[in-house]
Amino acid sequence: MIGAFTIAIAVNQTVAIVFLAFISFLALKEYLSLIPTRRIDRGLLLFAYLAIPLQYYWAAIDWYGMFIVFVPVWLFLFFPALMALRGDTRGFLRAVGTLSWGLMLTVFALSHMAMLLVSGNTANPVAGGVGLLFFLVVLTQFNDVAQFTWGKLFGRHKVTPTVSRKKTWEGLIGGVLTTVAMAAVVGPYLTPMDIWWSAMAGAVLGIAGFLGDITLSAVKRDLGVKDTGGLIPGHGGILDRVDSLTYAAPAFFHFFRFFFMP
Amino acid sequence: MSRNPFIRLLRFLFFAVVVRAVILVALGLTVRNRERLPKDGPALVVANHNSNLDALALMSLMPLKLLSKIRPVAAVDYFFTSKAKAWFVTNIIGIIPVKRGSAKEGGNPLLACEEALDRGEILVLFPEGSRGEPETLGKLKKGIGHLACARPKVPVVPVFMHGLGKALPKGSSLLVPFNCTASVGEPLYGTGTYNEFVAALEETMIKLGEEEKKPAWE
Repeated sequence: MIGAFTIAIAVNQTVAIVFLAFISFLALKEYLSLIPTRRIDRGLLLFAYLAIPLQYYWAAIDWYGMFIVFVPVWLFLFFPALMALRGDTRGFLRAVGTLSWGLMLTVFALSHMAMLLVSGNTANPVAGGVGLLFFLVVLTQFNDVAQFTWGKLFGRHKVTPTVSRKKTWEGLIGGVLTTVAMAAVVGPYLTPMDIWWSAMAGAVLGIAGFLGDITLSAVKRDLGVKDTGGLIPGHGGILDRVDSLTYAAPAFFHFFRFFFMP
Repeated sequence: MSRNPFIRLLRFLFFAVVVRAVILVALGLTVRNRERLPKDGPALVVANHNSNLDALALMSLMPLKLLSKIRPVAAVDYFFTSKAKAWFVTNIIGIIPVKRGSAKEGGNPLLACEEALDRGEILVLFPEGSRGEPETLGKLKKGIGHLACARPKVPVVPVFMHGLGKALPKGSSLLVPFNCTASVGEPLYGTGTYNEFVAALEETMIKLGEEEKKPAWE
């Protein structure tokens, strides 16, 4: 996936945004296929998919104001009202809750990657939004591998035995520290952050990535599935690929925006 | 099916481009045990029926080089309602038309199917007869038993499909993207009586369906 991602961001910004929107589409489709749904909501779910091109369009035209309220305010209000107007109240709250959460996670949270790509250009004159996005995605993936490796080698004490048996404190701490070191090395080249700010960004990414991972694990546990789909045989579905990014993308974006965007 | 090379090219393009794009992008089809699908004809591929997309999805599971041999079996009364529809399902989809209920009139409604198997074709068939309740397996009709026992050497490959009835159910023309799965079972042969065969097939299909994790859809 990182290969396809690199090609997409190397071609041009529009291709990259379409690619990122497609990842959101795959993630939302997988999510809606895994959760219990009501037959009456079938047509309405098509509207949920339409949220993706709109949300990524706000990012593409660099309209931060609309980007940040579209899903959490407008869609949050729109879908429950639409469901209410259709008149079926059985399982209403579950349907509203699962749809809203899924949109927030797969559309809103992931679209922060596109927003970072577009709005990062002015704050990062040398490497641009591409540099920031590359920093985010590569380090998040790196952090997954680092946590896995540290856990495999030294893992003893489980963080959340009921959610994920593989996550250990040794893996988490070792992984985050490795990510911090890696971020401190590459950050000054890819972003306007110096070595200390880069290290802090690495810590944000490492911890957020871990939280995204266990949150999706909890969802899978609840639904009773081992992996989320068959995108790549043996590697689970798209949600298994982007679970860390669902948390790391918004966390890094808002960390960077708060400290480095005028 | 037409012998006109232009129509055959159209059929190839329809399946190679349109069907594959829709299945890949809008649906996303996970196949379990793909290697159990027939590598050549004659063969029967049978599946549960929930959606108009079922036949297209099943046909897309097999390699394109087999396309000219793959024929879905479909009811005349449903598809031959207009000239355009009849042309499309005959020439592009390439169906073998079957007249529902014609066994009562004394003829063999499956004669065309038997002839196609003798020509080495791969038939795609839905033994439930019609699409029935969404996402559930209805009672199997006896026709598949007669056909399997008439050609006992032909493998009958059961496939259980899930998700297509959510994506495009009966009574709707609005395609909503959902991930779908197709689980392929071990082939069966019509060696005993047709009743035994239908019972064995039904049992296999139910088992295939139970192995699949299906979220609630109420």
